[in-house]
Amino acid sequence: MRAPASNLPLVFDDVSLSAGATTILDRICLTIGLGAPTLVLGPNGAGKTSLLRLCMGLLSPTRGVVSWGGRIDGGPERRAILFQKPVMLRRSVAANIAYGLAHAGCPRGLRAQRTEELLDSVGLSALASRPARRLSGGEQQRLALARALARQPEILLLDEPTASLDPAATRFVEEIILATAHSGTKIIMASHDLGQVRRLAGDVVFLVHGRLFEHADASDFFDRPATPQAAAFIRGDLVL
Amino acid sequence: MSETLTAWQLIASGDATLFAIVGLSLAVSLTAVVVAGIVGLPLGAILALTRFPGRAAMVVVLNGFMGLPPVVVGLSVYLLLSRSGPLGELGLLFTPTAMVTAQALLVLPIIAALTRHTVEDLWLEYREELSAMGVGWASRVATLLWDSRFSLVTVLLAGFGRAAAEVGTVMIVGGNIDGFTRTMTTTIALETSRGNLALAIGLGIILILLILLVNATAWGVRVWAVERAG
Repeated sequence: MRAPASNLPLVFDDVSLSAGATTILDRICLTIGLGAPTLVLGPNGAGKTSLLRLCMGLLSPTRGVVSWGGRIDGGPERRAILFQKPVMLRRSVAANIAYGLAHAGCPRGLRAQRTEELLDSVGLSALASRPARRLSGGEQQRLALARALARQPEILLLDEPTASLDPAATRFVEEIILATAHSGTKIIMASHDLGQVRRLAGDVVFLVHGRLFEHADASDFFDRPATPQAAAFIRGDLVL
Repeated sequence: MSETLTAWQLIASGDATLFAIVGLSLAVSLTAVVVAGIVGLPLGAILALTRFPGRAAMVVVLNGFMGLPPVVVGLSVYLLLSRSGPLGELGLLFTPTAMVTAQALLVLPIIAALTRHTVEDLWLEYREELSAMGVGWASRVATLLWDSRFSLVTVLLAGFGRAAAEVGTVMIVGGNIDGFTRTMTTTIALETSRGNLALAIGLGIILILLILLVNATAWGVRVWAVERAG
């Protein structure tokens, strides 16, 4: 597989996103570099999902510029995204992984072995020949995670990957995410679960109503929130 | 009732003429559906995935052409293939090839329009995921066709039903020549007008049974495949 130039740092330069008259993201300036997972935190409707789509390059900003490693036109070869409701292709679990590998440029001869490794890494080896759409919600998330990892991404974007999972499944997915982060992949993950943010975050991006209120180290964010909105959110108050 | 009884006797006796007619009908309609499918499935999928000026008009025309009158299709192909027509040199008029051509043209809009509809629905669901995986344009078409395969079986069946049941095009471009281009529907029309109701009813029964059999087989395959692939 060829290795294109680095996607990091990921820079938002005065980025806004609107749909019609609605402003989804408002003048975001943000630099995300290599390191521990960046958690995008905020109440529902804060613009977390849109921010991740911009990070992936699936959306173009209405104003401002998103750049990856200084480039604005880099293809998404080294990025991958796990949607909140991932699409399971109508084929077996293994075939879903093989599909991801094929489109990530993995040579045909290596796909079977890589598929096995990836399924093993998310604990789905026993279900390899099952139809992917028959898996439970947690299993589907793990399969989608393995399919995203098949791209060997430098940046892995995760949109509330544990939102609908029970605690055991959540722990399993979080362990995979941490292992992925330790192996050098930059994780950028949306969450509105404070406990999860405490467990995983190196730094926190805090959004409310499309505006960036804070970008700080996780410990600073939780111990010394700089804005009343962040302080209220951490206390568990409703942020309006 | 006596005609119906004679009809069943005719079927039970394995009448050679009867089965030659049945065989030709099946061969013509199935070939026409295969040809229309080879063109219509990708055409529908491409139409579902692309945006270009005039696309809406094309979709409307395609949907409208699902109801093309068979006699009009037959007449068009007749003019094309007749001695003085642009393709007259080929000498195809009044041959099974001409019948396949005409039925394929009749069925093509049905297959393309229904495929467009099916694939477009799936595309809405798959768009972001395939874009994020960096899936190229041709692969998107192939992926969407494959992943809608169970619905597309029904689309092909709709095309087959239309082809097997129509009489207008095969009558005009086939000419209803005994032992050569005579199909079930043209025979039913002819024998009814001659008053030979036993053969007409017999063929009618066989036609309905065959259509049911093809649909039942496709249904069985679909259930089996869904069971395996989800």
